[in-house]
Amino acid sequence: MNAPFEGIGASVRRKEDLRFISGRGNYTDDINRPHQTYMVIKRSDRPHAKIISIDTSVAMAAPGVVAIYTGDDFANIGGLPCGWQIHNKDGSPMAEPKHPVIAHGKVRHVGDPIAVVIAETKQQARNAAELLEINLEDLPGVATTTDALKPGATLIHDEAAGNVCYDWHLGDADAVAAAFKSAHKVVTLDLENNRLIPNAMEPRVALGDYDRHTGDYTLYTTSQNPHVIRLLMGAFVLGLPEHKLRVVAPDVGGGFGSKIYHYAEEAIVTWAAGKLGRPVKWTADRSESFMSDAHGRDHVSTAQMAVDASGKFLALKVHTVANMGAYLSTFAPAVPTYLYATLLAGTYTTPVIYVEVKAVFTNTVPVDAYRGAGRPEATFLIERLVDAVALDTGIDKIELRRKNFIPIDAFPYQTPVALQYDSGNYFATLDAAMKAADYNGFPARKAAAAAKGKLRGIGVSTYLEACGIAPSKVVGSLGARAGLYEVANIRVHPTGSVTVFTGTHSHGQGHETTMAQLVTDQLGVPFSQVDIVHGDTSKIPFGMGTYGSRSLAVGGSAMVKAMDKIIAKGKKIAAHLLEASPEDIEFKNGNFSVAGTDRSKSFGEIALTAYVPHNYPIETVEPGLDETAFYDPMNFTFPGGCHICEVEIDPETGVTSIINFNAVDDVGRVINPMIVEGQVQGGVAQGIGQALMENAAYDASGQLLSGSFMDYTMPRADDLVNITVGTENTMCTHNPLGSKGCGEVGAIGSPPAVINAICDALKIRHMNMPATAEKVWSIINGRSAG
Amino acid sequence: MYDFAYEKPASLADAVAALGHEDAKVIAGGMTLIPVLKQRLNKPSVVVDLSGLGMTGITVTDESVIIGAMTTHATVAASAAVKRAIPALATLAGLIGDKEVRHRGTIGGSLANNDPAADYPSAALALGATINTNTRSINADDYFQGMFTTALEAGEVITSVVFPIPAKAAYVKFKNPASRYAMVGVFVAKGPAGVRVTITGAGQNGVFRHIGFEHALAAKWSADSLTGVATSQDDLNSDIHASAEYRAHLCNVVAKRAVAAAG
Amino acid sequence: MPQVTLTVNGKSASVDVEARTLLVELLREKLGMTGTHVGCDTSQCGACVVHVDGVSVKSCTMLAVQAEGTSVTTIEGIAAADGTLHPMQEMFREHHALQCGFCTPGMVMSAIDLVNSNPQGLSQDEIRHGLEGNLCRCTGYHNIVKAIDAAQGIMHAPAAE
Repeated sequence: MNAPFEGIGASVRRKEDLRFISGRGNYTDDINRPHQTYMVIKRSDRPHAKIISIDTSVAMAAPGVVAIYTGDDFANIGGLPCGWQIHNKDGSPMAEPKHPVIAHGKVRHVGDPIAVVIAETKQQARNAAELLEINLEDLPGVATTTDALKPGATLIHDEAAGNVCYDWHLGDADAVAAAFKSAHKVVTLDLENNRLIPNAMEPRVALGDYDRHTGDYTLYTTSQNPHVIRLLMGAFVLGLPEHKLRVVAPDVGGGFGSKIYHYAEEAIVTWAAGKLGRPVKWTADRSESFMSDAHGRDHVSTAQMAVDASGKFLALKVHTVANMGAYLSTFAPAVPTYLYATLLAGTYTTPVIYVEVKAVFTNTVPVDAYRGAGRPEATFLIERLVDAVALDTGIDKIELRRKNFIPIDAFPYQTPVALQYDSGNYFATLDAAMKAADYNGFPARKAAAAAKGKLRGIGVSTYLEACGIAPSKVVGSLGARAGLYEVANIRVHPTGSVTVFTGTHSHGQGHETTMAQLVTDQLGVPFSQVDIVHGDTSKIPFGMGTYGSRSLAVGGSAMVKAMDKIIAKGKKIAAHLLEASPEDIEFKNGNFSVAGTDRSKSFGEIALTAYVPHNYPIETVEPGLDETAFYDPMNFTFPGGCHICEVEIDPETGVTSIINFNAVDDVGRVINPMIVEGQVQGGVAQGIGQALMENAAYDASGQLLSGSFMDYTMPRADDLVNITVGTENTMCTHNPLGSKGCGEVGAIGSPPAVINAICDALKIRHMNMPATAEKVWSIINGRSAG
Repeated sequence: MYDFAYEKPASLADAVAALGHEDAKVIAGGMTLIPVLKQRLNKPSVVVDLSGLGMTGITVTDESVIIGAMTTHATVAASAAVKRAIPALATLAGLIGDKEVRHRGTIGGSLANNDPAADYPSAALALGATINTNTRSINADDYFQGMFTTALEAGEVITSVVFPIPAKAAYVKFKNPASRYAMVGVFVAKGPAGVRVTITGAGQNGVFRHIGFEHALAAKWSADSLTGVATSQDDLNSDIHASAEYRAHLCNVVAKRAVAAAG
Repeated sequence: MPQVTLTVNGKSASVDVEARTLLVELLREKLGMTGTHVGCDTSQCGACVVHVDGVSVKSCTMLAVQAEGTSVTTIEGIAAADGTLHPMQEMFREHHALQCGFCTPGMVMSAIDLVNSNPQGLSQDEIRHGLEGNLCRCTGYHNIVKAIDAAQGIMHAPAAE
């Protein structure tokens, strides 16, 4: 019987599923430590206020209370660090006010921690938290960047004059100004990118443990990147050296960016566990997630495209104001700059671009990367602007796109906004998506819908994104305070099975499967004999974690590099056993053989020999078969594609229904098509959520109005339709796999496809997201311009 | 949740006695009470569980459908007898919450709570139901007294609800996209109580009768009769999901759809 | 402290609980059955769905004392004694209907009830409506609907004797 094909390109069923479908996952809240205490956080219900006094005496005397900590206890400890420094136009660094672990002096957003209560039970901690006597003096609050920038607006941080974090730019202002002067037409569009709340289904959890015998700390946390947390918390907040601090991120129930960041609760439970000599556990209620997990998006922009008479794009000018929230979250400053402005060429040959970005503090939850991070904002802006150009010039929206696409033979293509695209074929993805969506049949479907009194529209988005942010040298020069390489340790066991220790982290992406397929493909080891280990700093050499669709392109490439070392060593061992020269040894299908002969040794035999080196080239080769590689990519990867959405609107109610959604994405080499399809579908669902229903609503002063699932609309099964996914594959030219990444394409490409479809149906130039029923109804009835 | 004492009486008399404690609360299905307790918005001394009292089941006579107070929404939604007698009522029950809520939530609990966006109050008021309690029978017209407020007195427990069978009726619900409660739910009925149109979810004071719609439909039972009949925005909710203006508009659209569905 | 006696996955258990203890807290904290999850505090996400006397309920919205005398089935209890997966579990794996796995236990339990209570079979649209009480943030639901559709075919097939 032939073994089933389980290498690259096979839709292998996932290894991790058996435990998840059987209720045997190991999520952070499933972990309990002996003599554990429970922490409850008293959070601010005010957007902005002075802390006049906190009296903990009554609460401290309540049953079961072990400890209460306030900002005073953390005043001499480092604040939560920001991992990226942006510089202003004049070269000065951004305003970087301290982010206290527990609010000190002031609270700056609803949800800001004021005090923590640690008790024997969660209910006792909650009871005692109600007994805290907290005296706050309200200050005026602001929720929007527009209000925060008004003269005389309340000042959120003394260190940030006018509430501005930075005022940054990129591109050639003079060249754009010149192009605008001579242009046939300049098309202008004002647009907003709505604020979102990530809402991974697993709320955040942090459990700190301290071993008084060794002085070692362990933090169990819902993180996408345990090593990054260890570094940030150890070095910048608590002053703990890495060798005394272990961070474990076990099964994690979704992240979407929101579990990248180092959060206050992680530092508090770790620090308190040491203080108390007992484990301290904190589990977020969903209501807490809404006010303490980093939010996403929240841009206000003006975009202008200069075109010639034929519709060729001549120059793009963008002005964006980005909401940072009340404090700088870990990677927040990079999102509206290097993950946004650098993407503004999109799939087009726009020769000159100038973009200005102002980042602003408000009395809202900190904003950071959420699935796509900067790239959905850029894509929404470009793809909406292109449709506006089509409308204003009368050129067909498909023809306009084709006219301005980067030609297939122009790669590598240097954009005017720093990036160099290595490969892509936007014509192919557009053609495939149009075919899949039966684009040409749309007029007939529209007419049929009209006969039923419904409005149909079709929208196209031909997007591009950048994944696997790198190389370290470049991101360092752009302000990153970290490297962005990845690490893999391949441990071949004596009997030939393999454990991979990866610095990436799987929280739904299926790495345990995809990465095992890579090993099967490269080393010929059966899929069942490969295990992937992630999420524990005590097991894995190092790693930067999972975000930005980097795990395969960067982490997988690190694995390939490590496996190359395994193969190279294996050849030396095989050469010795086969009495040949290492140069004459070939490795194929799990066998080391002497080229041109039938003499060979299996991978398992070589592994055993490496660990039982009786007949071994011991003078030149060390025993063992265990190799590590750090891989720092040459460049980003650039997935791109085309999403086409067809909507039908009920003009009586304004309700928009998605009729059809087709995505064709070029993600480079696909390891597991089933998983890629699932990733795209999930991303598209989040994109449709942003376009139609999701919105983090604040009142003007900073009160969060959408603070639970009662008020924040999450896409449900009956809001969506089947999402048809296709792939086209141009290879990434600079990593050994040719893979580009697929985790974010869905969320990046889809929102403009939906809104373009709605604008098409309503025959309007623009509307902001989310396209709620009332908003659409208002437009139809002339009550709103959209 | 604050802790409380829990009692599960075996008789109505015991239940009433238990409810004599200060700050005692009834739990029927608990679909509203438990979330409220979890948020610590209520601090009962004792929670009195009515699930040991029976009070379940559906009886259909020539004139009416009688539903025990502890009958779940799922039971009503699936009841062939209800589907035959008042299909609109079965439809409504099947639109409450989600199927897990329907497995636990009860008609008595829904009516006792009188959430302004709940579904059952619209049916009770439109059909001119009678709410039977351990002490008396209350006409729906007298029962609903503004949101979360009813004619029930302390220690009074709903035992059953009697719905007169109408000639025609329908319920159409426009859901709040987030909570899935009614943003605007309209129950139309032509029955013993005359032509009635009740609206839930839209009004600041809970369920209300739409007199303008009723007059128009009494004159002629047709969706077209409602064209141009206005809904005052004065007492309608306005929130992040829908303005009063939009809700007023939806009242008309949804009512028309309900009339069309009623046939 | 009240005592609750109930059957969980076929095994009888008697546990002292506070009256305010939720069924999900009983399962997770007292019985160590952590397969059932809590994803929200407003009874909407459905990560906590279990079966009580054969029907799906949200175990975060039921007091443990209300489960007195009932038979509770959780995700840990649906596979056959010999480990053979329930068809719904099998189809979730086959159709890649889960990613992070956090909503999965509730989704599977909800789906089993949905299929069991609709022996006439469900259209894909009806399946979507039937999942109103379950949120998933990873999959976009496409593959969940596919898995349930496939599972109903197996669950409703005449039992092979």
